[in-house]
Amino acid sequence: YQSRLIIKSIFIDISVIHLFVFLTLVHQVAEKIEALGQFVMKTRRTLKGHGNKVLCMDWCRDKRRIVSSSQDGKVIVWDAYTTNKEHAVTMPCTWVMACAYAPSGCAVACGGLDNKCSVYPLSLDKNENLAAKKKSVAMHTNYLSSCSFTNSDMQILTSSGDGTCALWDVESGQLLQSFHGHSADVLSLNLAPSETGNTFVSGGCDKKANVWDMRSGQNVQSFETHESDINCVKYYPSGDAFATGSDDATCRLYDLRADREVAIYSKESIIFGASSVDFSLSGRLLFAGYNDYTINVWDVLKGTRVAILFGHENRVSSVRVSPDGTAFCSGSWDSTLRVSVRFRFSGESDLRNILYSMVLLFTGIRDYRW
Amino acid sequence: MPVINVEDLTDLDKAKMEVTQLKIEVTLERAKVSKCCEEISEYIQSGADEDPLVKGIPEEKNPFKEKGGCVIC
Repeated sequence: YQSRLIIKSIFIDISVIHLFVFLTLVHQVAEKIEALGQFVMKTRRTLKGHGNKVLCMDWCRDKRRIVSSSQDGKVIVWDAYTTNKEHAVTMPCTWVMACAYAPSGCAVACGGLDNKCSVYPLSLDKNENLAAKKKSVAMHTNYLSSCSFTNSDMQILTSSGDGTCALWDVESGQLLQSFHGHSADVLSLNLAPSETGNTFVSGGCDKKANVWDMRSGQNVQSFETHESDINCVKYYPSGDAFATGSDDATCRLYDLRADREVAIYSKESIIFGASSVDFSLSGRLLFAGYNDYTINVWDVLKGTRVAILFGHENRVSSVRVSPDGTAFCSGSWDSTLRVSVRFRFSGESDLRNILYSMVLLFTGIRDYRW
Repeated sequence: MPVINVEDLTDLDKAKMEVTQLKIEVTLERAKVSKCCEEISEYIQSGADEDPLVKGIPEEKNPFKEKGGCVIC
């Protein structure tokens, strides 16, 4: 029992001490909440097949399929349980920076340096040539950085290097609404959870995150506290807040009703930009992929880092938590995708978890295998 | 096709865009930060127990469990 106490006291997260200096509001409010302790994350599936940098990925709502796109123009649909490739299509352009799964699971959208967003219906017949049924939906005057279906397969929201976002009708390819307000490339967008109404958030190279009303095209709120490009924006599960990842090596949380930044997730040792962020199901954890090849997992309330995931051999470009929250997938410039989960010993005990985590931290073992 | 390309805008245009935007935002109703943070905190706490990445799930129920081979117990 005493040794257990000693181990726990040795195991104070140093960043908590650092953060007493930088305490922001969420962390003040969350002071009395029990800390999570250190986590261990393990990669359970590695999806190999892209010949080049993976730039983007998205989960299907069935929680097992994933679509990913890469620099060489390939778009692949995987079954993450079995690691099998179900579909593959080669786009006529390179740098396919955006891809998205349709809510029905029957189509995928993608685009990049071709300045367009195209929709490919997925056929049950694996031999059918997907490219034949391709539909060109969006047209921008610069690269497509991000795309997302709205709540149905009928409409797509896009963001572009031309500084605009736009809403399109998939069937006719018609522009339904366009969103102007950024003064530089828009790099990312995210739709609000459906219960909270028709808004979305976008982030760009002008260091701003803007919240838009989809019907009127109006920019309803904007936030500018980052010191560099915002690479990724993601709504918090309740829809009342959103997180951002930026080239200034920080992730931040902005509350929409308070209209301000309420938390910052950073460490002096993290100096590379965050390229992609996503929340766990409850919003307690923020997963962030960085250009230093790691994924950091942050405790949203406490502002501390609870896990680091090593394993990728190049920049992490995309991080997404699965729709049921059981796993998260990361895509990287090392051309692989990895599906990882929280590692728990069966019949687990607190002490063993702490001991193993300490061993890992002190010996710096990177890709541990039992 | 969306009407503008940001590269074509002058700095003056961009500044005007910003000022119009700020004028709109000045009229927003803002809630107290302490209250908002409390709400975020409560929301997370109510959901944290069902969050598989926070609590962890037993290997048998994990759809991404290790394929075949030995099981550590």
